[in-house]
Amino acid sequence: MGPQHPSTHGVLRFELCLKGETVKYIIPHCGYIHRGIEKMCEKITYQQIIHLTDRFDYLSAHMNNEAVCLAVENALEVEVPERVKYIRTILAELNRIASHQLWWCAFGMDLGALTTFFYGLRDREYILDIFEESFGSRLLHSFNYPGGLMHDIHPDFQKKVKEFIKYFRKKLPEYDQLLTGNIIFQQRAIGMGYMSKEDAISYGVTGPSGRGSGFKCDVRKHHPYSAYSKVDFKEILYTEGDTFARYKARIDEMWESMNIIEQLIDNIPAGDFTAKMKPIIKLPVGDYFQRVETARGELGCYIVSDGNKNPLRVKFRTPNFSNLFVINKIASGNKIADLVAISGSLDLVIPDIDR
Amino acid sequence: MTNDQLKEKINGWISGLEFPENKQYLEIVVPAESLLKLARLLRETPETAFDYLFCLSGVDYGKQLGVVYHLESTTHNHALVLKVKTDDRVNPNFDTVCGLWRTAEWHEREVFDLLGIKFNNHPDMRRLFLDDEWVGYPLRKDYKDDINIIER
Repeated sequence: MGPQHPSTHGVLRFELCLKGETVKYIIPHCGYIHRGIEKMCEKITYQQIIHLTDRFDYLSAHMNNEAVCLAVENALEVEVPERVKYIRTILAELNRIASHQLWWCAFGMDLGALTTFFYGLRDREYILDIFEESFGSRLLHSFNYPGGLMHDIHPDFQKKVKEFIKYFRKKLPEYDQLLTGNIIFQQRAIGMGYMSKEDAISYGVTGPSGRGSGFKCDVRKHHPYSAYSKVDFKEILYTEGDTFARYKARIDEMWESMNIIEQLIDNIPAGDFTAKMKPIIKLPVGDYFQRVETARGELGCYIVSDGNKNPLRVKFRTPNFSNLFVINKIASGNKIADLVAISGSLDLVIPDIDR
Repeated sequence: MTNDQLKEKINGWISGLEFPENKQYLEIVVPAESLLKLARLLRETPETAFDYLFCLSGVDYGKQLGVVYHLESTTHNHALVLKVKTDDRVNPNFDTVCGLWRTAEWHEREVFDLLGIKFNNHPDMRRLFLDDEWVGYPLRKDYKDDINIIER
């Protein structure tokens, strides 16, 4: 199955051992998009790394950049202004909603519900328009910068975000009506692709996929960064561990993200959008680790510095890389058509697996 | 457990370990021959219960090659870093920990693919991203590729 299959949404190849239509064993093959980002990072400055990290999980580009920025800021012990923390959190949550919308619509499409695809893309446009207005780019907006933001937000930003929340609060129940209560969808999701909590922890499956199995892994909650310690939100947990639980976890997360944005959007403090930084960043000798929660799970940015203006080694612990490995464990024994549903419920973004 | 309690506990298991300064996590440099023993004790002792390996990275330090393990316990919420290093650049090898944390199976393949560090007793020690005919290990500092890597 693959390297280019409509349900893998990218170049991912599954080698399947089949008996009739039943999948006996799955060997995932990755390495079709090897861009060597980690090697390139060793040759460039910390500011330049931002423009590469966008590109692995391009649907959570903002959070990827945030990981690098926070790692650099923590290493230099720079305190960014409150305004930056608030804006970063709002943008991360907007990015998360946009990502879950795209996942929801594509997941419905994988299972044959084409209407979802149009609904999801329609609503995602609102967020991308807000991004375009503020940063001039819709997908790969290198807006985070070590020490703060590239520039300030657009004057209409708050108004537009509030309009979007108002609009999407009406639309999200429509998503629920279309898929969640649909008996055909339920039969393909409930009880499929069971993952136990122990497996989720041992395989390192994080994000909504891990939380669908009851693994408490929300980095925003357990290791708060930016403005997450200032807002009140729930960690979404389901214990069923099946495709339906992972689906429900993402729907609930969209509600929770809207709650977070609403608590922050009216309270963005005035002030600078960047801290005072030297033009050339050199990190002190040592190693630094920063964890953030992307739309797909835990992203770790591990920097080993030897004191130069470029890092000795950068390793990105990307969520999809770990999430993919569990596929053999949870999908073998099911039919090929269910493999599509199960791999869809893990929400894989392929460049994040390979980098 | 706090870092000091962890340190005491670990010193009780294996003596003579190095604990370098690290502001973020408790850091332990472990000799290659004690790696699996320490990892198993950390994973299986109920008071430590490090059940979540959240990062496994290979690093080329120039002279030495090393592997760094970031561990966390989901029950006790403490974390630590294990480091293992070797001077052998021709045939570097460590014991695999994928019997303790399944995610290590893929991360170790990635390290093997990009840095050429072999893991003993690994069930499937093949390249992960690059094809089997690829020569050399791209994340090594002495890796030369005149066509694809442009030096400036």
